[in-house]
Parts: sequence; C-alpha cells; structure tokens
Amino acid sequence: MEFLTEHFDDFVNGFFRSLSIALWGAVGSLLLGTLLAVFRVSPIPVLQGFGAAYVTLVRNTPLTVLLFGMAFGVPGLGINASFYLFGVVTLILYTAAFVCEAIRSGIATVPIGQAEAARAIGLTFGQSLGLVILPQAMRSVVPPVGSVIIAMIKNSAVVGAAGVGSDLFSVYKRMTSALGYAPLPVLTAVAVAFLIMTLSTGALLALAERRMAVAR
Amino acid sequence: MRLIRSAALAGAVALALSACGGGEDIEAEAPEPVAAEEAEFEAGSTMAELSEAGEMTIGTKFDQPGFGLRGLDETPDGFDVRIAQYIAAQLGIEADKIKWVESPSSQREDLIVNGDVDMVVATYTINDKRKERITFAGPYYVAGQQIMVKKDDSTISGPEDLKANPDVKICSVTGSTPAENIREYLASPDQLVTFEVYDDCVTQLENGQVQAVTTDNVILVGYVAENEGKFKLVGEQFTEEPYGIGIEKGDTAFCEFINESLEKAAEEGYYEEAWKETAGAYEGTEVPELPELEPCA
Repeated sequence: MEFLTEHFDDFVNGFFRSLSIALWGAVGSLLLGTLLAVFRVSPIPVLQGFGAAYVTLVRNTPLTVLLFGMAFGVPGLGINASFYLFGVVTLILYTAAFVCEAIRSGIATVPIGQAEAARAIGLTFGQSLGLVILPQAMRSVVPPVGSVIIAMIKNSAVVGAAGVGSDLFSVYKRMTSALGYAPLPVLTAVAVAFLIMTLSTGALLALAERRMAVAR
Repeated sequence: MRLIRSAALAGAVALALSACGGGEDIEAEAPEPVAAEEAEFEAGSTMAELSEAGEMTIGTKFDQPGFGLRGLDETPDGFDVRIAQYIAAQLGIEADKIKWVESPSSQREDLIVNGDVDMVVATYTINDKRKERITFAGPYYVAGQQIMVKKDDSTISGPEDLKANPDVKICSVTGSTPAENIREYLASPDQLVTFEVYDDCVTQLENGQVQAVTTDNVILVGYVAENEGKFKLVGEQFTEEPYGIGIEKGDTAFCEFINESLEKAAEEGYYEEAWKETAGAYEGTEVPELPELEPCA
C-alpha cells in the first residue's frame, strides 16, 4: 500500500475525476432518460417511434463501441472536444436508454384509471403526465433506476480507456506500469474508491425510497 | 544426462557437417540469424530448457514501425524482432519456432512474471521500479524521447513550449515511461491524453484531438516515415531511454547469456545489419553502436 502514501494526491485527483464523470453521467442520463420515457408514452407517433428506435439502437450496442465511436469517429468528422466531454456524453447517451425503460415500467404501474381521470377533468397530456402520472411512477422506479445508475458508475471506469487522463483507470495504469507498483494493491484501492461511490449512491437511494414511500 | 545428450547431438551434427566436406560459409551476409548448432548449456538453466524445447515465446510490440510491427503475415518484423531472433538462434532455435506474443507497454511485466513469455524485447526502457519485478539484460539500444507534431504546426518546438500553451494536448501510451517523463513539462495533468497504443495517439493527432505525440524518437521516426509529409519531429531528445530485454527476475545466467549474445551480434556485424534493414531504413536515423551493457545482478 506504499503507493497510497507516495502518490496520495494523484489517487485523490483520480477519485474526484471519476466522481465528476459519474455525477455528470447520472444527472444527464436521468434527464435524458426521463425525456425519452415521455416520448415513448406520448400520443405523438413520431416521438414514440424516435424513443423506441433510440432505445433499441443504443441499448443493444456495447458501451465500448459507442465510446470509441465517439472518441475516434466524431473527431474524424471534424468535431473536436475534450475526451472528458466525449466520455461523459457517451455515458449519458448509453445510460439514458436504460433509465428510459425503467421509468416507462414505472409509468406502467400507475393504474390506467389515473390517466383517464386526469383527462376527464380536462388536463392536457403534459399536465396529466407531469402532475398525475410521473409523480406516482417515480416512487416505484427508484429501485430499478438506482440499479441503472450504480451500473453506470461502474461503467464509467471504461471512459479512462478512451483518452480521459487522470481518472481512476488511468491512475491504476500509471501506478502499475510506469511506476511499477504491483497490480493487486492498486486495484484494491481503486475498487474501494468505486465502492465509496456506489455504496453512497445506494444509501441515497434507500433514503429516497423511504421518503417517497406511501401507504397503499 | 541432458548435457551429455545435447553434447552427443552436437558432436553428431559437427560430424555430419564436416562429412559434407568444406561447404561454403553460409553465415556470410545472411540476413536471417543462423541457429547455433553446437548449443550446449548447463542442465537446469533457462538456456538448456529452451534449447531442448527447440522453441520459445517472445513478447514484442506489434504496432511499432522499425522495432516490432506485424503486417498481414503472422510474424512481426523490426529491430526488436531481429535482436530476439538472434538470441533465439544462439539457443539453437530457428526463427519459425518462435511464438510471438503482443506485449503492450502496460502488460510487459505481467507477461514475464506470469511466465507467459520467455523474454520481452519490446522497446522496453530499463528502470529501477521495473527491476523490482523483473530482470533486464542489455541495454541493446539507447533511445531518447522527442515530440511529434503536424507538419504545419509551429506552436510547439520542444517540450518547454507545453507550459506556455496550456490548451495543447499531448498524447502518449497509458502507463508508459514517456507519459511519465512528459508530466514535468505540463502546465496541468489534463494536458496529457493517454491511449493503449501509439496508433491511437497518431489517429488523434490526425483528428486534431491532440496537438502532439511524445515517445522515444525511433518510434516517432517510424510514424513520420509511414505517414509521409503529415508529421514532423521537433526539439532535441530530452531523455535517455536504454532499451533492455526483460526476463524473469533473478535469472542471472540467462541475462549473462543474452548479454554475450548481444556482444557477439555487434562483433559479427549482425547488429548493424539488422538496424539498417529495420529502424535504420527510416530517414533521419543514425546507426547506433551497442551501448555499454549493464552488469547482470
């Protein structure tokens, strides 16, 4: 564990780098995923089709393919941005497909009578979804969306392979290869760092679930 | 037993050769190293084991022009490959009995420690940290780190310009020595972009995602030559990178054997010949001399 004392700063920097990737990934994919779910349940066929096509395409493509397509393909088209941004955007695009499906399953748990009643009192589609359906749906989607977000945090380790320097993955590579530390202790420390992220996410989710619970 | 058997075999071969009667000297100007026939090693040593097996596994790069580059055929070629073939030949192992394993920078120690390869000849810089896990023979070449940029780029003319231009991104291989060396020249660690292989760095230089690529000069020269007119090298070499041959830690006898083989290669002119046909074929390289070898400890 000598690397921890000798390179503590690098390790902490790597942790915060990975954390920021995961945080932006979570915020972005929750927003985009919700939007996609709204598309899929909307009465407009074009939006429904778009949502369904997006989910089918993105959910069934390996994350690494999307990531390298972004990091190598997009600059080839003349669009340049930092690899950090490419990485975060890829994570958001990928995870949003799963978030969308989890939320859609939540919407399906709300009895159809709720939607009919909302329409009967004259609410528009947006109003009935935003005021009646989604608030109820969100309660039941906390566990599945939570699983998706935790999986996303772990997936974020892959981003380091596509040019993003100084995240935990790059720190691990640097420690074990350039600086020659034995892999196992470094990997253990990286695993602990990820556990800090995932376990605290899990705790937050448990809290959210308790807060949103209603007696039925 | 083993020693006696191989000695007997060697005797038989020598007899057979002399029976042919004053044949021509086939070694003269041969581009392929000729497998030593009178190979004789102490029983139990790595050399005896490999010699007896008649085959060995060698780790090298598959993506480094001039040193280890694998094209459409299965066998890679380059200076590293030629050096490895020569050492194998000294063990009586023919070139086609060598199994090549791709050894990216970040996996070299593990390949050796796990016993996946018998040795690694892969633009492998000797350093103390690596010596904690493996043993190095050599060095057989001293490279130096340099910077490659696009041909029309005039912002960067050496490592010193990186601090003054914090927007410039420079690419190298994840966990490699060059990536480590360049850190002190950077305004922030975010300037460093890393990928698994140099090919990816070069693609990103073309894409404009990074403005410079840094690693040992010889590797960069290969890319400059391969992509004619696209890239150029800038600045002086700012490091000394002695390339060694990685073997299992503590195998002093094997290390000494490799060092003797290297000296022999230099004496016979094989070293120079191999250089000229591989890395030396590119513009702007000089024929090196075999550097002073480090004692095997």
